[in-house]
Amino acid sequence: MKSIPPILEWRHDKGTEAPSFARAALSWPERGGAAMIWLDTLVQGALLGGLYALFAAGLSLVFGIMRLVNLAHGDLIILAAYLVLMGVTLLGLSPWIAALVAMPVMFALGWLLQAAVLNRVLGKDILPPLLVTFGLSVALQNGLLELFSADSRRIPAGALEGASLDLGLVTVGIMPLMTFASAIVTIIALNGLFYHTALGRAFRATSDDAVTAGLMGIEPKRIFAVATGIAMVVVTLAALYLGMRANFDPSIGPARLIYAFEAVIIGGLGSLWGTLAGGIIIGVAQTFGAALNPEWQILAGHIAFLTVMLLKPRGLFPRAVD
Amino acid sequence: MAAMMLRLENVSKSFGALKVTDGVTVTVPRGEALGIIGPNGAGKSTLFNLITGNLFADEGRINFLGRDVTRAPPMERVRMGVGRSFQIPQPFEGLTVFENLLTAAAFGRVGREAEMVDDCARILEETELLRKANVVAGSLSLLDRKRLELARALATGPELLLLDEIAGGLTEGECKALVATIRAIHARGTTIIWIEHVLHALTSVVERLLVLDFGRVIGIGAPNEIMASKEVRDIYLGLEV
Repeated sequence: MKSIPPILEWRHDKGTEAPSFARAALSWPERGGAAMIWLDTLVQGALLGGLYALFAAGLSLVFGIMRLVNLAHGDLIILAAYLVLMGVTLLGLSPWIAALVAMPVMFALGWLLQAAVLNRVLGKDILPPLLVTFGLSVALQNGLLELFSADSRRIPAGALEGASLDLGLVTVGIMPLMTFASAIVTIIALNGLFYHTALGRAFRATSDDAVTAGLMGIEPKRIFAVATGIAMVVVTLAALYLGMRANFDPSIGPARLIYAFEAVIIGGLGSLWGTLAGGIIIGVAQTFGAALNPEWQILAGHIAFLTVMLLKPRGLFPRAVD
Repeated sequence: MAAMMLRLENVSKSFGALKVTDGVTVTVPRGEALGIIGPNGAGKSTLFNLITGNLFADEGRINFLGRDVTRAPPMERVRMGVGRSFQIPQPFEGLTVFENLLTAAAFGRVGREAEMVDDCARILEETELLRKANVVAGSLSLLDRKRLELARALATGPELLLLDEIAGGLTEGECKALVATIRAIHARGTTIIWIEHVLHALTSVVERLLVLDFGRVIGIGAPNEIMASKEVRDIYLGLEV
């Protein structure tokens, strides 16, 4: 028997936390060659990027329209994950239906958050919204801790959890594939909204110049509230996939915020497809990092981010006019 | 007497100790074209901001179409029929020219989108922007930006059109074409208040001139009378011309 490549060594002592790419790598001897493992790692990473793009799309939307950096974005994802989980455990709904139920709730929450709180602190000074959303982040984490304890939870996805699709060269999990497909559909939908509807034009007009938009009859504060509501719908979708493929607890929001941030910035502010590219870059870097050494997963993602920032400080696909 | 369109009654506004609008009272009947002149810093643009609701008056009342709008926000006034162009063009740069108009039409008035699309196309034609309809507004030349300012204000379906130095910075020929457009808009019955330094452009359209200095109205009347008044010549023109 050939010697076991380093990628497989760690899973013995890490037990259940082995990510799907490592599971796929198990079949390495029959499939022949390290190249297959790297290809597999690449595919898994790219699919993981879909999840990061979902994390980032809502953040990107809100930042793009009102120049608001929502530091509670990650915690709102976790809140949505708990909402979906409650739908599944308390109401006995399937995760998909639970997410559909959670979406309008999250929309309303986002609308209220913007109308009642964030609209009051938006202005020339960028500090007040940062402080308020930072405060919200802390409050959410502690509130969730009170309500749901620090135990790590997971949204049960039934048969889908372990299901995979054999594509010949690589085997991919159905769940990561659906996550990625959802990210693409979300981006197409958001772009459609942005570029082909009156609401989208109002989003762009307000983002351009809120005062002039007011003179065209647009009420920026209402537009902002709707935008945050929509961002929260995307957040719920992200939460659904996060909760079905990994464990979560009240403390993991800030790290999701960082991934989302990095994806947005790598992609270049204002481009949703860029955000997807950013997510893929972080995802691929993370899986390759983990393949080399499991402790390098997170670090590799951040290094990829810093590298892109060094080479292209404005991101890969910056908007022409900013 | 023609129906009243806009009435400002003893309107004042201060920025700190500086009184930029000082007890302005003026009535604009429906269908009139009123020109506003005055030296830089006389408070002309501030007066527009008070009429559109971008600034609220400290004192006095503003009445538009029989309704007290002194405290009404800009979005409400635009839907009532106050349209405005800016001195420094402020198009939505990331939107195309047509999208700029559609946005103004969709939110600035009440109506069905299909009608608006036709109307926006007609406005683009009138303002000679039709060929630029799908150009991103950020890439327009100054003349086209000025045209877009006018077109976008028209797209909100104004009863009262406020033009802020729309002819400034244009060449003689460009100016002439724009003035012809404005005259046509006025001829259709739109009430116009027009701030302009290019006097010959202004006087070729307006029926009355209002002179502002240090926020006060120092004269209002027929253009030839105003231009002949010694006080106006002293303050506004500064020298005999």
